[in-house]
Amino acid sequence: MTAAEPMTTPAPTGGSVEDEPLLVIEDLTVRFPTEDGVVSAVTDLSYSVDLGKTLGIVGESGSGKSVSSMAVLGLHDARTARISGSIRLRGAEIVGMSEAKLRKLRGNEVAMIFQDALAALHPFYRVGNQLAEAYQEHHPDASKRDARRKAIEMLDRVGIPRPDRRVDDFPHQFSGGMRQRAMIAMGLINDPSLLIADEPTTALDVTVQAQILDLLQDLQREFNSAVIIITHDLGVIAEMADDVLVMYSGRAVEYGPCKDILVHPEMPYTWGLLSSVPDVTSDPDARMIPIPGNPPSLLAPPTGCPFHPRCAHRDKVPGDLCRTALPELLPGGRGGHHVKRCHLTNPDAIYEAEVLPEIAPDLAEER
Amino acid sequence: MSHKTPEQGTGEIAEYEVPETSVPENDVATFSELVGHTHAAAKLDPTAEPVLTVENLRMYFPVRSTGLVRRKIGDVQAVDGISFQVPTGGSLGLVGESGCGKSTTGRLITRLYKPTGGSMEFAGVDLAKLSNRELKPHRRNVQMIFQDPYTSLNPRQTVGGIVGAPLAVHNILPKNQIKARVQELLEVVGLSPEHYNRYPNEFSGGQRQRIGIARALTLNPKLLVADEPVSALDVSIQAQVINLLQDIQQEFGVAFLFIAHDLAVVRHFCPEVAVMYLGKIVEIGDRESIYSHAHHPYTQALLSAVPDIKQAVTGERRERIRLTGDVPSPIDPPSGCRFRTRCPIAQEICARHEPPLLQIGKRHKVACHFPGRLGEHPREPFTARLLGVDREGQPDPGSSPATDLVEQPGYAETWFDLDAKTIGRA
Repeated sequence: MTAAEPMTTPAPTGGSVEDEPLLVIEDLTVRFPTEDGVVSAVTDLSYSVDLGKTLGIVGESGSGKSVSSMAVLGLHDARTARISGSIRLRGAEIVGMSEAKLRKLRGNEVAMIFQDALAALHPFYRVGNQLAEAYQEHHPDASKRDARRKAIEMLDRVGIPRPDRRVDDFPHQFSGGMRQRAMIAMGLINDPSLLIADEPTTALDVTVQAQILDLLQDLQREFNSAVIIITHDLGVIAEMADDVLVMYSGRAVEYGPCKDILVHPEMPYTWGLLSSVPDVTSDPDARMIPIPGNPPSLLAPPTGCPFHPRCAHRDKVPGDLCRTALPELLPGGRGGHHVKRCHLTNPDAIYEAEVLPEIAPDLAEER
Repeated sequence: MSHKTPEQGTGEIAEYEVPETSVPENDVATFSELVGHTHAAAKLDPTAEPVLTVENLRMYFPVRSTGLVRRKIGDVQAVDGISFQVPTGGSLGLVGESGCGKSTTGRLITRLYKPTGGSMEFAGVDLAKLSNRELKPHRRNVQMIFQDPYTSLNPRQTVGGIVGAPLAVHNILPKNQIKARVQELLEVVGLSPEHYNRYPNEFSGGQRQRIGIARALTLNPKLLVADEPVSALDVSIQAQVINLLQDIQQEFGVAFLFIAHDLAVVRHFCPEVAVMYLGKIVEIGDRESIYSHAHHPYTQALLSAVPDIKQAVTGERRERIRLTGDVPSPIDPPSGCRFRTRCPIAQEICARHEPPLLQIGKRHKVACHFPGRLGEHPREPFTARLLGVDREGQPDPGSSPATDLVEQPGYAETWFDLDAKTIGRA
C-alpha cells in the first residue's frame, strides 16, 4: 500500500503546484522574544524535500535545526514564537494555519521521531494503546479492534519480536532500540508523506543504530515518504541523505547534494565538522582538527558571517569582509545545486591543498 | 586585569566580569597554526612497563527479591573475569555496547566499587584488596574524568573550589598556595585563571569538561580513567577535548584507560583497544589488529555498523553485518560463549564451552572458537583440541585439554599463528 492520497488525508487546500516538491520552505524565520532579548533561532532558511528523498540537516546544538523542523509541524506556540516566511506541504501553507487544521496534519501527513524515545512515549500507557490512539485519531471510523490490529501489524513491520505479546507492554519494558522502533511504528502508522527524524539514533549503540538506519531506509522505500533526518553525525548523513543542509547560527551555510557536500565541501564550517570527527577507516596519521571557540549566542549573533569568529580561513579573505558583510548563499565553484555562504573565492582549492592532507592524507594522495 | 590581586578584605564582594559566554576571542589562529596544535593518532610504545595490571577482575551486583525479606536471587555479572594491562604513559581503549561492563570496569579501577574478585595491581599495590582508609594515599594516583560535564560538577561550588578540593582533601598544599596551583591548572586545560571565582553554570559544555579534566589533573595522577569524556559534547568541541587530552598525555606522561563507544575516537586516541561484550573481553590488541584484522565476529560486526563518511566518496554501500536483537541480560548470560545468541557463525560447541582468550598475534588476543578475518572464519573449531573436546563440544576421550589457558593480563612471547598454522614467536 502506498501513501497515495489515503481517504482520510485532509484535502490539500487547492492550488497545489504540480511540479512543486512535497515540502517547500522559503525564507523561514523563527524568533523567540525573551527577557534578555530576541533569540533568532532560524533566519531566512529555505529548502525543499521531494517524495521518496531524504534531506539530512547537520549542525551543532543551537544551530536551529530542531526549531526549523518543529515549525513544519506547527509546534511553536504562536504566543511566544514569531514565525515569518512560508512552509508549504503539498501546496498547503503551514505558517499561520489554524490549530484544528494542524491537528489533522500532525501524525497524518507529517510525523516526527524524537531522539529520546523513553521521554517521548507515555510511561503510563501501554505501547499498543499509544499506537492505536495515533491511528484512531486520524481514522475515526476504525474500531478499537482494528486499531489494535494495526498497532500489532506496525510493531511487526518495524521488527519487534512477538508483536502480539509486546503490544501490551509498557515502554519501560522495551529496550532502547525497541523503544525507538516503537516510535518509528507510531510515526508511520498513518502512512505520513513526510517523516522528520530528530537525532533518531544519537542515544543508541552503533549496532542498534545500524539496525534503525536500515529500518528507516527500508520503510522509506516501501512507503515512498520524504524523510528529514536531523543529526550531527556526518557518517549517518553519508548513509542516509540525498541532500544535505548544513546549518550554523540559525542559517543555512551550505546546501546541496550529499556527495558534493561531503566530497567537495566549500564552507569552512563544513570543513571543521569533517575534520573534527575521525573515521574508523582513515589513515592513523589523520588529525582531529577542532573548530576553535564555541557556538555563537543567538541573542547577539556575530556581525557579518556568523562563523567568522571561529573561522581559521578568515585570513584568506581580503579586508574585513567576513566581519562586516554577511555572505550570500550562492552556488560555489562546482555550480548547480550546491550553494554555500562564504566569502572565500577558491574554497575547493584551499580544501584540497590545506585541509584534506591533514584530515585524510590517504585521500589527498589519490587525487 | 591582573589575577594576582589579593583577596580583598573579607572577600564578601566577589567581582564578576561579564561572562564571555560563547563569544570566543576575536583572534582565531590561522589554519596552519590550528593544525600545529593537533596530534596525529597516538603511537604504541611496546617497551613501556605496565602502570596497571588487572587480572581476572570480577564485579557481581546482587539482585534481591522484592518484599520484606530481600533475599538474594541472583547476580548481575557486570564484569566477569577480565585481564589487561595499561602501559605507563600509554592508553588502552575499552569499547563495547551499553551494558557490556566498560563503565563498571572504570569505576572498579578508581575503586568507586570494591571488586568481587580479582586483582588490580598499581605500582606494586593491589588496589582491589585495600580498605577505604588504606586506599586514600593511593587515590591520588588514579583519577577519573566523567562523561556528563553537566552533572559531574557541583553547581554550588566555584571552579576554584571544585578544582582545588583534591589539594585540600589530600593535604598537599597549604591553603594559601591552593589558588595559585588551581589557576595554573586552569591554564593547562585552556581556561583563563580569572575563571577561578565563577560557577559551573557560567560555562559551556566543552568548558565544563575542561574543568572536570583540571580537577582530575590536580593531584598529578599517573592513570586517568576517562569514561566517555567527549560523548556529551558537540562535534566541533569533541576534537578540542581530545586534543587537550593528548596534550596532557604528552606533557605529563599520564596513562589513560579510555572508555568510549565511539570506535573512531578510540582508534585515534588509543594504540591498544579491548572490546568487551557482556562483562568479558572478547578481543584485545593493538590498533592495527583490532581495526584492520579483527578476528572476533562481534568486533567485526561493531566495526561494520559504524556509519562511514567515505561511503559518500565512493558512492557504494558497505555490506553490514546485521546483528539481530539486543544484548542478553547479564543476570542470566548465555551458556558457553556469551555472544553466541547473536553470532552469525555460532555452532554447537559455542553453547557448551566458553572460548578461552587466545593470543593469536604479537599483540592480539581473541576469545572465539572460530577466529578468523571477516569471511575467513574456519569451519572447524580452532579451540576444540585445546579444550579436549570434539567439534560439537562433547568430551573427546582421545585428546587431553591444554592446561595453560588461564587468561594472562599481558602478552606472551609465543602465540598461535592462525595464518601459518604454527606457533609464532616474538
